[in-house]
Amino acid sequence: MSRRLLPSGEAALLVECDSLDEVLALHDALEAARRPGVVELVPAARTLLVSVDPERMPLESAATWIRRIPAEAGSRVAGAHAETVTIPVVYDGADLAATAASLHVSVEALVARHSGIEWRVAFVGFAPGFGYLVSDEWPFEVPRLDAPRARVPGGSVAVAGAFAGVYPRQSPGGWRLLGRTDAPLWDPAASEPALLAPGRRVRFERA
Amino acid sequence: MTHAGSLTVEASGASTLVQDLGRPGLAHLGVPASGALDRGALALANRLVGNPDGAAALEIVAGGFRARFAAETWFAVTGAWGELRLDGRRAAPYAAARATPGSVLELAAPARGIRYLLAVRGGVDVPRVLGSRSRDTLSGLGPEPVRAGDVLPIGAPPEASVPLLDQEAAFPPPEGPVTLALLPGPRADWFADAAHRALFDGEWRMSEQADRIGARLLGETLARRVGGELASEATVPGSMQVAGDGRPTILLADRPVTGGYPVIAVVAAASLDAVAQMRPGQAVRFRHA
Repeated sequence: MSRRLLPSGEAALLVECDSLDEVLALHDALEAARRPGVVELVPAARTLLVSVDPERMPLESAATWIRRIPAEAGSRVAGAHAETVTIPVVYDGADLAATAASLHVSVEALVARHSGIEWRVAFVGFAPGFGYLVSDEWPFEVPRLDAPRARVPGGSVAVAGAFAGVYPRQSPGGWRLLGRTDAPLWDPAASEPALLAPGRRVRFERA
Repeated sequence: MTHAGSLTVEASGASTLVQDLGRPGLAHLGVPASGALDRGALALANRLVGNPDGAAALEIVAGGFRARFAAETWFAVTGAWGELRLDGRRAAPYAAARATPGSVLELAAPARGIRYLLAVRGGVDVPRVLGSRSRDTLSGLGPEPVRAGDVLPIGAPPEASVPLLDQEAAFPPPEGPVTLALLPGPRADWFADAAHRALFDGEWRMSEQADRIGARLLGETLARRVGGELASEATVPGSMQVAGDGRPTILLADRPVTGGYPVIAVVAAASLDAVAQMRPGQAVRFRHA
């Protein structure tokens, strides 16, 4: 696996990987071996931002740490997020039937697939607590809505591209809505404010 | 909890927000760090009244602010440089002053810079959200924007006394052109040589589109060498992203945690406070850090 280290100011490095799988593996490995002075590990689709407190961990040390850490794509590192979160879903989303039709599968088959596989939170973006979930067992590529909705209710369970997600709060959005959940996705007062933090494993189940 | 006092806001101007040093370390959950844009001004204002550097203060854009103190309170105004009046009398910027019960503080439109930092001894004591009292304008986290009629509690005075500072080595924001130091960005090599020359040799101006999320610059368009889409990636405060139209924007404290435009350069930490004080139309030049 290749890792390109790109500059990002005096206190961060942007690590570019060849695939999302490699990002996930590197994130797992760095998280498991996290060192004092590491302020933030922020995964995205092809990159991982490692930000540091340069007084505690100079950028050169961070670069060496990142280059040398062993990480195998697809490996599973035990850690804080090793346990699987189960999200109960009522599959009655406004786009459920149309999405199934566009993928040439029945509604039943789409729901069975969505709720039958293990997902993983690859990264969080768009809004606090909005996890982008991926799975090797999800074969679909779902186009976004042509025109995003001005208002998607919090708890909406949705898909777009190769990702699944759940809207943590009401917001605009262009993902296709399959259902809804009452699971507490985002609570700023909780010790772990986001249910879907990077690295976490997730299953959806029919409520 | 007893409060040493409170501040009743009578006019909040264009924007008045509670800010401290923000909530770093949560970007992986989609939460920007937020915090005062002019961090040096926050630290200075706090030091002037004996607070820890990161105590919560008010970030006030462009003046038009008026507030009444309930009790005797030390305060200091830093950042933007402008006329302040306590009960109608001129008070010195960048210095600690003492308000008496019922005193009214007024901040006029600044002569230099754009963001005042008003620190009160004891700090603005509103509840923390995710460890910070900062208002994050993008995510809507933290205390609501301050409005006329709000009563802001002031915390208990800190251990440290109000220091007898002679002039601290602090200067008001410049009136004329500002020079900012740039470091290479992660996608510097996506841009043509001409773009790098235009960035460092060209004349730039701050646009009207400048807020806590980002500050858009006016100047030449920065042409790309590499086409195509960039998968969204995490940015840092000061990341200069270049949109599809070739216009650069300096991303600031409330930026989205990831962005899909390539970052050509990153404003050096030492120059970032100056960005917070730039006014629309003000000239800016870039140099290599």
